[in-house]
Amino acid sequence: MSNFETTIGLEVHVEMKTNSKLLSPSPVHFGSEPNENANAIDFGYPGVLPVANKGAIEFGMRVAMALHADITPFIRWDRKNYFYPDNPKAYQTTQSQTPIGTNGYIDITLDDGTVKRIGITEMHVEEDAGKNTHGTDGYSYVDLNRQGTPLIEIVSEPDLSSPEEAKAYLEQLRKVVQFTGVSDVKMQEGQMRADVNVSLRPYGSDTYGTKVEMKNINSFNYVYNALAFEEKRQARVLMSGGTIRQETRRYDEPTKSTILMRVKEGADDYRYFPEPDLAPIAISQDWIAEVAQSLPESANDRRQRYVSELGIEQYDADVLTQTMEMADFYDQAVTSGGEPKRVANYLIGDVNAYLNKNQVELPDTQLTPEHLAGMVKLIEDGTISTKQAKKVFEAIMVGEDPAEYAHQHGLVQLSDPAQLTPIINEILDNNPQSIEDFKGGKDRAVGFLIGQIMKATKGQANPGVVNKILMQALNER
Amino acid sequence: MKEKITREEVAHVAGLAKLSFNDEQLDHFTTQLSDILNIFDTLATVNTENVEPTYSVTENVNILREDVADNWQQKQELLKNAPLEAAGLIKVPAILDEGEN
Amino acid sequence: MTMNYFDHDLTSLHQQLVNKETTATELVQATLDNIKATDDQLNAFITTNPESALEAAKALDKAGQFDNALAGIPLGLKDNMATKGIQTSAASRILKDFKPVYTATAVDKLNAAGAISVGKANMDEFAMGGSTETSYYKTTTNAWDHTKVPGGSSGGSAAAVAGGQVPFALGSDTGGSIRQPAAFNGIVGMKPTYGRVSRWGLFAMASSLDQIGPFTRTVKDNALVLNTISGHDQRDSTSATREVPDFTSKLTGDVKGLRIAVPKEYFGEGIDERVSVTVRAAIAQLEALGATVDEVSLPHTKYGVAAYYIIMSSEASSNLQRYDGVKYGFRADDVKNLEDLYVKTRSEGFGDEVKRRIMLGTFSLSAGAYDAFFKKAAKIRTLIIEDFNKVFEDYDVIVGPTAPTVAYGIGEEIDDPTAMYLADVLTIPVNLAGLPGMSVNAGFVDNLPVGLQIIGKPFDESTVYQTGYAFEQASRLFEKKPDIAKEY
Ligand SMILES: [Mg+2]
Ligand SMILES: [Zn+2]
Repeated sequence: MSNFETTIGLEVHVEMKTNSKLLSPSPVHFGSEPNENANAIDFGYPGVLPVANKGAIEFGMRVAMALHADITPFIRWDRKNYFYPDNPKAYQTTQSQTPIGTNGYIDITLDDGTVKRIGITEMHVEEDAGKNTHGTDGYSYVDLNRQGTPLIEIVSEPDLSSPEEAKAYLEQLRKVVQFTGVSDVKMQEGQMRADVNVSLRPYGSDTYGTKVEMKNINSFNYVYNALAFEEKRQARVLMSGGTIRQETRRYDEPTKSTILMRVKEGADDYRYFPEPDLAPIAISQDWIAEVAQSLPESANDRRQRYVSELGIEQYDADVLTQTMEMADFYDQAVTSGGEPKRVANYLIGDVNAYLNKNQVELPDTQLTPEHLAGMVKLIEDGTISTKQAKKVFEAIMVGEDPAEYAHQHGLVQLSDPAQLTPIINEILDNNPQSIEDFKGGKDRAVGFLIGQIMKATKGQANPGVVNKILMQALNER
Repeated sequence: MKEKITREEVAHVAGLAKLSFNDEQLDHFTTQLSDILNIFDTLATVNTENVEPTYSVTENVNILREDVADNWQQKQELLKNAPLEAAGLIKVPAILDEGEN
Repeated sequence: MTMNYFDHDLTSLHQQLVNKETTATELVQATLDNIKATDDQLNAFITTNPESALEAAKALDKAGQFDNALAGIPLGLKDNMATKGIQTSAASRILKDFKPVYTATAVDKLNAAGAISVGKANMDEFAMGGSTETSYYKTTTNAWDHTKVPGGSSGGSAAAVAGGQVPFALGSDTGGSIRQPAAFNGIVGMKPTYGRVSRWGLFAMASSLDQIGPFTRTVKDNALVLNTISGHDQRDSTSATREVPDFTSKLTGDVKGLRIAVPKEYFGEGIDERVSVTVRAAIAQLEALGATVDEVSLPHTKYGVAAYYIIMSSEASSNLQRYDGVKYGFRADDVKNLEDLYVKTRSEGFGDEVKRRIMLGTFSLSAGAYDAFFKKAAKIRTLIIEDFNKVFEDYDVIVGPTAPTVAYGIGEEIDDPTAMYLADVLTIPVNLAGLPGMSVNAGFVDNLPVGLQIIGKPFDESTVYQTGYAFEQASRLFEKKPDIAKEY
């Protein structure tokens, strides 16, 4: 393969988590009964008209900002015409002439630690299609619930030159988008899908090879595998003197290969033209500033803040900012009074272990940031020991309140001097020899006395408090 | 006079528009479209350098809806108009290729 | 029992209802009887809805509230306006038996005012045509001569009003489809400024050109109806947010000092000489009433037809793609696969004129043609708008003929689409520029009406009405009745 240079371009669609659709007020909701969230507009009825969702425009602006893109000041919508059962108007409303953002970039970190900047040509807001399912009865079935869900499509420059880079780009893009709060980017629900273009050319050639296209891949590993396969396949064809046809292929997971769908004769003719049913959008500097205000802190900014303000190790800060759920959770736990380092340790250690073991995501558990902070507070103020905390941790993972649970289950240290002093005095009264040993300089006597106190309190006495009262009492005798 | 549009081009456009014509209709349409395209030829004589196109005369800008969901609950009524329906889904002959977006 | 609407304008009907000399139920029943008595001659209606109309009338009579100028008054609707639960077919086979699940905003506003629609009027299929002959269902005839076309595409609405079936009707106008049938039938038809009336529920032909407007027998009636249907609609992003004035406010009969422009291009080649003479006489009458009249030039007029047919057909080709046999409407039988479903449904469901325009539009937008056709046409549109802007710097209204000829014979032109398209030359520029334009009767040629077109500045329908009213009151042409009036 060393004879060829690989060029990869990605067009990524991300579904926005708006309340309503791009052009109709129908709810955006995954998992409803078929056609439950579709109205006459979504069905493309005669005479219906679209009205654009301000929230979707502002989400588009957020993504443009996060990708360092220029925001287009005057946007007209366009129609992309094609017939398909999940496309009820037979045109998709999109932004082809005036995409909401242009000329952005994303930095990816390669395995060897070097950072590569990948250009982003443009991003545009558009509507998603419905969903077709294919029966075994010779029919297909159309559900228009997803029709009109706002999408942001992000088009990369052909700057990616390996399957590894493509995967790193997708992972970084997913993270950046997720931290804008625009989408949860749940891959398994198809909230992020990639159209992949790949071509090979001999090293030194200044023209790109013919590109092969694969559409709607919704797993990073699939993208990686598909590209790895295509690299080999295309190289084999070229080396044997063949030519690559312009074609659409499909990734097949069982065989980890790509399969020919159709050969393209010339470009598709979508007959784009300006959408006459929608008013144009003017984006002022004031509006941009307002949206910038609402833009959540990026993963990078958060990581740096954790290190510099909260004293978290670089590596730990990285882990905490892998997903927005984790970072949000962490921030809330710290805001609720949890000591930053201890909270971080719990999230990275016990919580992550729990998630891995049970194969769940953080939002799927009963754990709340307040409960985690509460447990950490109990440890910090000596109410419970780190050993007792193990039981409390199990409890908060299933939704228990940490303080309540610890008290109800006797998982509290005896830290009150008013309770501890009489017990300590009694033990001192019963052990005059130990007092003498202590005065005589034998430190071992302290250990013996603490052991007695622990025994008398069934191990619940707070060692720190006991130590303090005991030393004071010994010195007073 | 040379036809403005060939029979093959007319057939190609029909394909894009999902219309089919028999041979006789195709000839008829080719002649008629050519006549109409001849009228269109007059436009080429107008100098439109530095003229901005007008796609709409609406003076409206930023007519936007707040992002509030409202389910119109039209599922039953809408599906009543569907030529073929099963279990709340619209039924069509099997789709063989992939979609777009 | 029938009702002679030739002798009663909307104001008089309103007074009769207020004074309890008649009831809404009587009016609706009489209107249904009018249609029964004359529709075998006019063929104006595709559908009537007697039950729901009578029910609405009874409810209104019971409440006894006739405060609104249109309360209790029957009307007809062009069949491309959605009426919930009542077949709305746009005169196409592809929407046969289609029942919308909602009502068009303009119709909702009439309903709210208490006006009562009795049926859906015939039209050219999807409003594509100028003679109402492309309807899948029937051929409407001219109210003055049943061997002649009523014009189109709103021919059913025009004939129903001109033939005395209903006191008023709504139509839609994309390139002249209200004004030209109004002219052919000798009544008043207004295409308001683009954005004045909501398009929600209007089955789109060309979204950047379509407007709904009223057909009436008099100018004042027309202004009253437009008062009711105008205004911003949150469901139509292109509907104007401007205040709606009272369109009757300038109906004084006075046009002293009004500055009228007469474009020389509107009397050019292709305009029937007798139409020219009739319209010039009407303009002379306005001048005699105190208006100043000057000849002006709208130099890009001759490019209007080409620009219009490209823009209209392009938008229409896209708007009509939704009729694919999947979600609603007609679906062809015996299809082998999905592609077959699309092609058969559309090929069997659409008529020739619709197919012709879909083809034209699909071509104009296609790769390789876009710049030379669609984009070029959009630039010509700019030049046409600039022509109007220039004239309106010095003038209040522009007047001329509405159509180059009077109504022609049924079947005479239908096979010559280029001739049909060129006949729209006088009405098209108004749509391209989004201006208000109205046709009022200017007189007769061979007992067939001639239209006087009055064009106003954007959102200045009031001055258009002022001009039309002054001429109408001076000429009193609206008092002349077609023979069919004897049926009532
Ligand atoms: Mg794309
Ligand atoms: Zn897309």
